[in-house]
Amino acid sequence: MRRYVARRVAALAATLLFVTALVFVVVRVLPGDPAALIMGTEGSPEATERLRESMGLNRPLAVQYVDWLRGALHGDLGRSIQYDLPVGNLIVTRLPVTLPLALLAAVFMTLTAIPLGVYAATHHRRAGDYLTMIVSQFGISVPQFWSGLLLILFFSVSLGWVRSGGFDGWSAGLWPALRALLLPAVALGVFQAAVLVRATRSAVLDVLREDYVRTARAKGVSEGLVVGKHTLRNALIPIVTVAGLQLGQLMAGAIVLESVFALPGLGRLALGAISARDLPVVQGVTLFVASGIVVINFAVDLAYGFLDPRIRYE
Amino acid sequence: MSRRRPLRHVTFTLGAAITLGLLATAALSLVYTPADPLAMSIAGRLQGPSGAHPFGTDHFGRDLLSRIMTGAVTSLAVGVIAVGIGSGLGISLGLASGWIGGWIDETLMRLVDAVQGFPAILSALLFTAVFSPGMVVSMVAIGIAFVPAFARLTRGSVLELRDREFVVAARALGAGEARLVLGHVLPNALPPLMVQATTSFPVAILAEAALAYLGLGTQPPHPSWGLMLREAQNFLSFNPWFAVFPGSAIAVTVLGLNLLGDGLRDLLDPRTG
Repeated sequence: MRRYVARRVAALAATLLFVTALVFVVVRVLPGDPAALIMGTEGSPEATERLRESMGLNRPLAVQYVDWLRGALHGDLGRSIQYDLPVGNLIVTRLPVTLPLALLAAVFMTLTAIPLGVYAATHHRRAGDYLTMIVSQFGISVPQFWSGLLLILFFSVSLGWVRSGGFDGWSAGLWPALRALLLPAVALGVFQAAVLVRATRSAVLDVLREDYVRTARAKGVSEGLVVGKHTLRNALIPIVTVAGLQLGQLMAGAIVLESVFALPGLGRLALGAISARDLPVVQGVTLFVASGIVVINFAVDLAYGFLDPRIRYE
Repeated sequence: MSRRRPLRHVTFTLGAAITLGLLATAALSLVYTPADPLAMSIAGRLQGPSGAHPFGTDHFGRDLLSRIMTGAVTSLAVGVIAVGIGSGLGISLGLASGWIGGWIDETLMRLVDAVQGFPAILSALLFTAVFSPGMVVSMVAIGIAFVPAFARLTRGSVLELRDREFVVAARALGAGEARLVLGHVLPNALPPLMVQATTSFPVAILAEAALAYLGLGTQPPHPSWGLMLREAQNFLSFNPWFAVFPGSAIAVTVLGLNLLGDGLRDLLDPRTG
């Protein structure tokens, strides 16, 4: 097991190195001159040169990369041009919106998808199974941001139960904050839940066909115990894998839903930075989110090794 | 076992019918739309469905049906090109990785893992910061997001096929490396890749709509379903149809393509059906 973990950690380090290289190439190499890009057409040559100097762009690319990487490893992602604040600080202030939104969506996804998937599998080829599959097929087809707009249309415009967007922060109280995040979390979670329902149904169906399930039934074990103990525990391995991988997708989806519901999270920070040509912020946010997704995928890989010994001996 | 007939497969048939409808709409919009999709009419702003405008009008009085018809071309174009970019890059990486093996395989797979950290939205954010937002950014960002799936699938097939008898026999007959890979291994790896391409297509359409909605993709006044939803958001209380029709167009299209992909997978590989 220790060798398996060591191998995965080495792979994670190499992957993260590639992530940093990709972000660096797109932001620092592809534009040719990032200083000219930031200054735009209105910047004088002198001002552009001063910015180039202050950003260290006159040095060789390899030196710039190593310097930037060293800074990133110490949490220094540069300084925002728009806010004149460290990018790391800006990210930290926006995380209390994006992270709880993704987590709430994950909770919604798990609580709806796993029971529905198990129900569909245990009612295989009966009305309940077909209905669940039809609903999940629709769930997969509806864009998250449109679900968000429809929820606003129904709960905010028609019924007037909730605000159509905005977030006053956690300091305004737990319930108002949760209330502001509830609709976006549902809109974000529906799509991923639809994917997870199908994965759960398929995993449970596979286990239900196993000999040991037939044996348990032949021994007279109650159906609840057969499903809850013998089946679900073994089916959980692929379900956890799919659900874990979806966490990364939820982080990316949160960026879109923040725009629909006017939530001041990481996505809106990055979108605002694009219009302000604030390259260090865009660079910092994409590096942070991409690294987060890679780390989540690594954790899923590791969990899979723990749950299924065959994987770590491969 | 008797051969499965595609037209008797309900999922496949329904998916194919919806997809053909989409293709027909897109083709028709190139020669005919009920009104000019760009023609504005300040007097006819934000109207609900009527005989003159079956889907109503937007905030500039433009005919929504015509704009939705034209938007189908945008979605299809971005979908086809993004899947082309993702499959082209992914298959090349997967072939190189699986065939060469060793440290090249290990390095390329770590690169693929890294690319997996960049969903389309994130790549688009990064590219838009450097280049102007538009359809090209959408296509490239979505295409890059597809690379890991195609690369892994191709690599897996190559590892499975490389030591099979027909490859060993071709090598014994003097076939070169390029001929072995492109002439013998790749054609046999194609069926799952075709299914992957079909299932990627609706994902590309959803991603294009999301990017246009965020202002990172297709730009006004060009009609795009995602962009129409972005514009509709400010007028939800005045004319809800403005948001309902473009959203429905996306959902029906994606539903049709998903059903087609599911059906195709069932027909090509009955074990997973």
